[in-house]
Amino acid sequence: MKGKKKDYLLLKIATIFLVILFLFIAQRSFDAYILRILNLSGIYVILGVSLNLINGFTGQFSLGHAGFMAIGAYASALLYMSPELKEVNYFIAPLIWPFSVIQVPFVFSLIFAGLLSAGVGFLVGAPCLRLKGDYLAIVTFGFSEIIRVLFNNLQSITNGPLGLKGLPTYTNLWWSWGIAIFTIWFIKNLVNSSYGRALKSIREDEVAAEAMGVNLFYHKVLSFVVGAFFAGIGGALLGSLLMTIDPNSFGFAMTFQIIIIVIVGGLGSIAGSVIVGILFAILMEVLRAVESPMNILGLKIPGIPGMRMLIFSILLMIVVLFFQQGLMGTREWSWEWLHHKLTRTKKELEEGS
Amino acid sequence: MSILKADHLTIRFGGLTAVSDFYLDLEEGELVGLIGPNGAGKTTVFNMITGVYHPTQGEIYFRDQKITRQSVDKITALGIARTFQNIRLFANLSVIENVMIACHLRIKSSVLSAAFGLPSYLQEENYIREEAEKLLKEVKLENFKNYVAGGLPYGEQRKLEIARALATHPKLLLLDEPAAGMNPQETKELMAFILEIQEKYKLTIILIEHDMKVVMGICKRILVLDYGKTIAEGNPEEIQHNPEVIKAYLGVEANYA
Ligand SMILES: Nc1ncnc2c1ncn2[C@@H]1O[C@H](COP(=O)(O)OP(=O)(O)O)[C@@H](O)[C@H]1O
Ligand SMILES: [Mg+2]
Repeated sequence: MKGKKKDYLLLKIATIFLVILFLFIAQRSFDAYILRILNLSGIYVILGVSLNLINGFTGQFSLGHAGFMAIGAYASALLYMSPELKEVNYFIAPLIWPFSVIQVPFVFSLIFAGLLSAGVGFLVGAPCLRLKGDYLAIVTFGFSEIIRVLFNNLQSITNGPLGLKGLPTYTNLWWSWGIAIFTIWFIKNLVNSSYGRALKSIREDEVAAEAMGVNLFYHKVLSFVVGAFFAGIGGALLGSLLMTIDPNSFGFAMTFQIIIIVIVGGLGSIAGSVIVGILFAILMEVLRAVESPMNILGLKIPGIPGMRMLIFSILLMIVVLFFQQGLMGTREWSWEWLHHKLTRTKKELEEGS
Repeated sequence: MSILKADHLTIRFGGLTAVSDFYLDLEEGELVGLIGPNGAGKTTVFNMITGVYHPTQGEIYFRDQKITRQSVDKITALGIARTFQNIRLFANLSVIENVMIACHLRIKSSVLSAAFGLPSYLQEENYIREEAEKLLKEVKLENFKNYVAGGLPYGEQRKLEIARALATHPKLLLLDEPAAGMNPQETKELMAFILEIQEKYKLTIILIEHDMKVVMGICKRILVLDYGKTIAEGNPEEIQHNPEVIKAYLGVEANYA
């Protein structure tokens, strides 16, 4: 038992070292195209895992992730953009004070983005999570749309439909994957804790959970607010990666992408959301080709925008029809699992020789 | 000392009066049986005591504290636990997780110390796990602790529900047809087990049961409901010879009446 514990520690240190080494090499030598995909992967992982906490582990169906991402993206941009850059962007109506003059380091803007998102999450979630029944989906869908419309019209805060352009690219692999790993670690700890068991009990049977002393309201709000926190940070990272944000890019299509990641990966599987989050980012880039004009056997096919989402929707349907539990079900990776695999292959090798 | 007082409870669902004028003053340490034909309102009484339903009229006192409009989880925290007639385990979670969830109401560590895995939390987690294992040993389910709860045989599921209820540290335990679906041998074991935990944990118990043998065997006091009304109350002897009860059970359980 002691030896195993030591093995796990070694395994953890080795993994962390390998990840840092990979990020270091990747950040220094990979080209911009690959880096962009890797950064997007990290961000999708943050978004997928955090939505899975709400939809998969707690069984509350939220459709509000894009709304929280928008809040995070704008809140952080308003904080990390330089006053000069703001002046260039807000040429129709000037940005209101004090946003027009402040500028804070990226890390603080991220924390603020998360906290603001979480705060709004509380205000949106609390009223409907108090009620019995599935009001969350409707309310969060409405919330997301309201945010979009609001951000289109608050010209002197968000710059309206023009959006914000020329954002500085602070997001790099250290930020995107550093935070992705933190998100995975934090949410994995949470769902495996007593609080996490309470969340899962709500998913399993609300009546029984409450009868066993689980405060339904507190735990539902907890899960929703934590999810909103990470969605806000994910949105902030995305804004700074893409260098441009506008309200309409945080529409329902954005939430739908995250929902696909969560369902295809498996409701209630962090490993599933991580794998599919990464695959999703890669496929989104690879499949870009299907949206550009093609020439197949002399047949000219014009570019069809939205073709990728059509493919993903079909993929989603296949998964829902044939793998009801998603690719991973509720299975997880763990250090034990990895240890088991490694020691087994070692043994097999030894036996073989 | 009175542990529970159900003071003239009446509840209506639309036009139907499911329970009317239900009165029960329960002494600490009692084991009371609640019987009656299907649809008599027995489960509804449990649902009122545990706060799932609020009575249309009447009040409920638990150790002299009014709990009539308290929320379900607060009532559980005060010391009333229950099992369900139609088993309601967390079917996709493991056996031990089912019990550990019922320990959650005593957790002191904050959610952040849990998510960051701080030592103070990990110690509590260990403590909860140990207690859950102890309870599982008591219902002889310790060898199934990592099994999925929904996969257990019916009788074992019922026992797991009792272990889960005990994990909330109740003073008053409400058992809703715990012997349903058990064979005679299991039922006999269950009766002994109920008496055992009552003694061990100083419990007061209300037992709803269809199997008259069980109720007559272990309850000193029995209440009989029919169409929501309490038609008889007394010791097993009195109940068996009560003409109203015989009429209500006529044909069905005549051999016991
Ligand atoms: N939530 C409810 N809504 C409407 N009627 C109900 C509800 N709960 C129970 N009842 C009715 O109350 C009566 C008593 O039910 P119940 O307490 O489950 O009976 P028992 O447990 O004695 O078999 C039944 O007629 C049942 O249909
Ligand atoms: Mg019943």
